[in-house]
Amino acid sequence: MHVTNTSAVVLQQVTKRFQNVTAVDAIDLDIRDGEFFSMLGPSGCGKTTTLRMIAGFEFPSSGVISLAGAQVEKVPAHLRNVNTVFQSYALFPHMTVAENIAFGLEMKNVPRADIKPRVDAALAMVQLGNYGARRPKQLSGGQQQRVALARALVNRPKVLLLDEPLGALDLKLRKEMQIELKRLQQEVGITFIYVTHDQEEALTMSDRIAVMHQGKLLQVGSPTEIYERPSSRFVADFIGEANFIDGVVTDIGAPYCTVRASNGLELKGMLQGASSVGAAVTIAIRPEKLRLTMQAPENVFTLAAKVEQVVYIGSDTRLTVRLSDTITLDVWEQNNRSTLDRDAYWQRGEQGFVTWNPDNALILTA
Amino acid sequence: MIDVPVSATRPPSANRSTAGRRILGLHAWLTYIFLYAPIVILVLFSFTTDTFGVRWTGFTIDWYLRLARDTRMINATVNTLWVALVATIISTVCGTLLALAMERYRFRGRNGMDALLYLPIVIPEIVMALALLAFFSFAFGLLESLTGIKLRMNIWTVIVSHVAFCISFVVVVVRASLKGFDMRLEEAGADLGADPQTIFWRITLPLIMPGVIGGALLAFTLSLDDFIISFFTVGPGTNLLPVEVYGRVKRAITPSINAISTIMLVVSMALVFLSQFVQRQRD
Repeated sequence: MHVTNTSAVVLQQVTKRFQNVTAVDAIDLDIRDGEFFSMLGPSGCGKTTTLRMIAGFEFPSSGVISLAGAQVEKVPAHLRNVNTVFQSYALFPHMTVAENIAFGLEMKNVPRADIKPRVDAALAMVQLGNYGARRPKQLSGGQQQRVALARALVNRPKVLLLDEPLGALDLKLRKEMQIELKRLQQEVGITFIYVTHDQEEALTMSDRIAVMHQGKLLQVGSPTEIYERPSSRFVADFIGEANFIDGVVTDIGAPYCTVRASNGLELKGMLQGASSVGAAVTIAIRPEKLRLTMQAPENVFTLAAKVEQVVYIGSDTRLTVRLSDTITLDVWEQNNRSTLDRDAYWQRGEQGFVTWNPDNALILTA
Repeated sequence: MIDVPVSATRPPSANRSTAGRRILGLHAWLTYIFLYAPIVILVLFSFTTDTFGVRWTGFTIDWYLRLARDTRMINATVNTLWVALVATIISTVCGTLLALAMERYRFRGRNGMDALLYLPIVIPEIVMALALLAFFSFAFGLLESLTGIKLRMNIWTVIVSHVAFCISFVVVVVRASLKGFDMRLEEAGADLGADPQTIFWRITLPLIMPGVIGGALLAFTLSLDDFIISFFTVGPGTNLLPVEVYGRVKRAITPSINAISTIMLVVSMALVFLSQFVQRQRD
């Protein structure tokens, strides 16, 4: 990682309204130099609009955008030192691959003698050394994607913006490109701002992730922070899987708080943020943090449960267990045994006990 | 729309009645003969030795050689080509810019313009011709009463008139090519540091060029063989090819007329092939 303490991009109270729709709502962001930063959210959350404002294709209705310390929110795209990799690649169909890559250098009046070696180096970097004379149309989707990347990176921008660049590729190629993008980013040390709706993609590549929803920034943090300490029910639900139990706070304690669930059960968990007795909250527990055992373990909090559904997917067995009329939980059990014995696996209708570490039960107030 | 399997709407060809197929085949042949027989006869009789050009009495290229010495006809041809060239350049530039404005931007009166744009295409040509004639008379009269400058109809009034009806055709063709244009390409250009002018010359124009060339060739062909509007707006003293041909036919049809018509036919066909060739090169 090349992350330093200086900021590559700073957004202060950036808002974008289209007619009467607020696409981006008062966002504050501080993206560091050399960081792989992802903006993650469902479609329509405002992540692409935010990216387009950083690129200069859209101008904010209000707020300040700074690139490397200079205020740019009113500067048109062609005068900003950022480059974009478009979702549709947007390669110029009337130019060869080499001409596409050389275009940005020509615009910057790089001497002719320097252009060719830089184009060749960019092609080599994306492993398309012999493809310079081809037209974009003659390349596969994955190859076009690499050309788009080379065309942007050859300009050595301060910041590279990527708008769901892997969206059009098939799953296997997408996984390969994720690793390759991360490798490239570490190699060139340029700040990457990566827009995606794919949480796994964001977790795989990012140094930090910003989760957006309905134009608002919900949480910014490392992949671990976002996954292990989601600040809201939306984030917990959008990234990974989670069980949710609604309830009311009955005791604020340290380290654990107590919540009374709808069926009267008293559950302990870690409070995220601030709350008070009587407040409505949601407990979120990841299914892989739950344990289902045949006998009730001693000296720990446990709940009787009945197995309702068993889905064997190889690496895991995914169980749905019922605690009460209103509460079911998903429990993922890792298959760390190797046996064909049917009795070694949970069967539908069996009784068991669910246990969890209260550290993993997050009490969410939003 | 409901997706109906092809087999449900169209019976397999083996079941189609043979009689129906024969009648439609025959009809196709007759239609093509109907379409092309006059043209074949025209070309054929430009090579006949018969002075009236209506009977085949022997082969000669004499009529073509005579055309080469016919200064009136050559003068009319040069004028017509000049009119077509200038009108094409003006209407292509104006039409392309108009198409860009209509396709890209919202501005006052745009919707009304959109509706009126195609009027010159559907309006009867005689109406357009009379309208232009009335316009020039009025404008020249007004100019004379205001400034004392006397203008008369000449080759430039023909050019202006041809521009007036060619622009609509250019706009239609260029707009069609703009419809499929990916705006992300212009954004990519800006992203790579190109200013708006550079984006237009290096990205937008090259990509819509097949449409622009198509529109230009259409305008050129329309201008080349226009008779009615030319006839009304040319004024005395300027000789144009279709008008000249009309004047001569009124006196007598000679194989010379057939010869000049054949040349015009060949030129038009060459232009069509050229436009197709240019567009194919682009792909």
